[in-house]
Amino acid sequence: MGENLLRNYLEAGAVVIFSVGFSTLLLQSNLIKKIIGFNIMDTAVFLFLAAKGYIAGRRAPILTGPGGDPAQYINPIPSALVLTGIVISVSVTAFALALALRLYERYGSLDLNEILLSREGEKT
Amino acid sequence: MNRLNDGERGIFRRFQAGYGAIGLLVSGALAAVLLLTVSYLPGFGQADRPTENEVSQRYIAKGLEETGATNVVAAVILDYRAFDTLGESAVLFAALAAVILLLREEPAALARRMAERKPFEPDQGPILRITARVLIPWLLLFGAYLVLNGHLSPGGGFSGGAVTGAAMILHNLAFGPEQTRRFLSERIFFRLLVGALCFYGLAKGYVFFTGGNHLPGSIPLGQAGSIFSGGLIGPLNIAVGIVTACAVYGIFALFDRGGW
Repeated sequence: MGENLLRNYLEAGAVVIFSVGFSTLLLQSNLIKKIIGFNIMDTAVFLFLAAKGYIAGRRAPILTGPGGDPAQYINPIPSALVLTGIVISVSVTAFALALALRLYERYGSLDLNEILLSREGEKT
Repeated sequence: MNRLNDGERGIFRRFQAGYGAIGLLVSGALAAVLLLTVSYLPGFGQADRPTENEVSQRYIAKGLEETGATNVVAAVILDYRAFDTLGESAVLFAALAAVILLLREEPAALARRMAERKPFEPDQGPILRITARVLIPWLLLFGAYLVLNGHLSPGGGFSGGAVTGAAMILHNLAFGPEQTRRFLSERIFFRLLVGALCFYGLAKGYVFFTGGNHLPGSIPLGQAGSIFSGGLIGPLNIAVGIVTACAVYGIFALFDRGGW
């Protein structure tokens, strides 16, 4: 056990939120709730990255003149990564929701167990 | 459930109970392992950690003179790593294409669905309409500000495009799809979307071609801090904003009624 767990409270919170999202994804049989769990995991990753980019006492990376001093600004790379992640998360969510809608139209249910069982029934 | 006999139902129940228990166990183990890892990470807000390496220092020290953008994040996503952002816009486009594939209705079915819906959804009431009339110009203005000022201040194509798309969704909800179709028909929508993506690809391809072959790229960087600066970052922000706004609005329209 390292000594930085309490100091890294934002990262620890992000990890806990990630686990909540992961367990939602695993344990809920409702497809909409699974997608919500997926989104919670995304959010946790964004929180983790934003926390990793922060440096105490420094400013946001908006330069005021040429030749910025790297000791004055926070790390801009995690911010750029979070931006990428948000867009991908929106895209994946839209795709997953469209698939869920189609499944509902086909099977009349969003519950994964019911969908699986009705597929079993079709085969026999 | 009804199609199963008693034995199969018992197996299914036992599987579900086991699945729940194992799922909880796996989630708990994941949380424990990740928390253990977090406890070994460098401290929050600490300056001397391995991620503060020469890459981010270089971006901050040279970003303004190399790209002309005062917002280093915009310089990273639209200049140093612009190829990533092209892929990102393409992912957004691919998601929209997949949603179109799954949810698009034929025009005749769409018209029938709209006709069926009309009596249940009358015009959405004065509160929404008046609020929308007040709010939409400001939303569009704010979206345009975020897009056009993206290389100077926090903002940029994705956030500004999301705000603009939200304004169009609000217009659609308040005044109905017929009114929105007057300025954003399906044809205009696809022209804007594909045109913006093609412009992004061509502009960035030009820069990569000239840069990769050590030819002088003739795009002036401009006076740092003014609105016409940052070389290609401003136009690329506009292209990304158009793609994002169109994708946000298109996904909404497809989920709402399966077409434009």
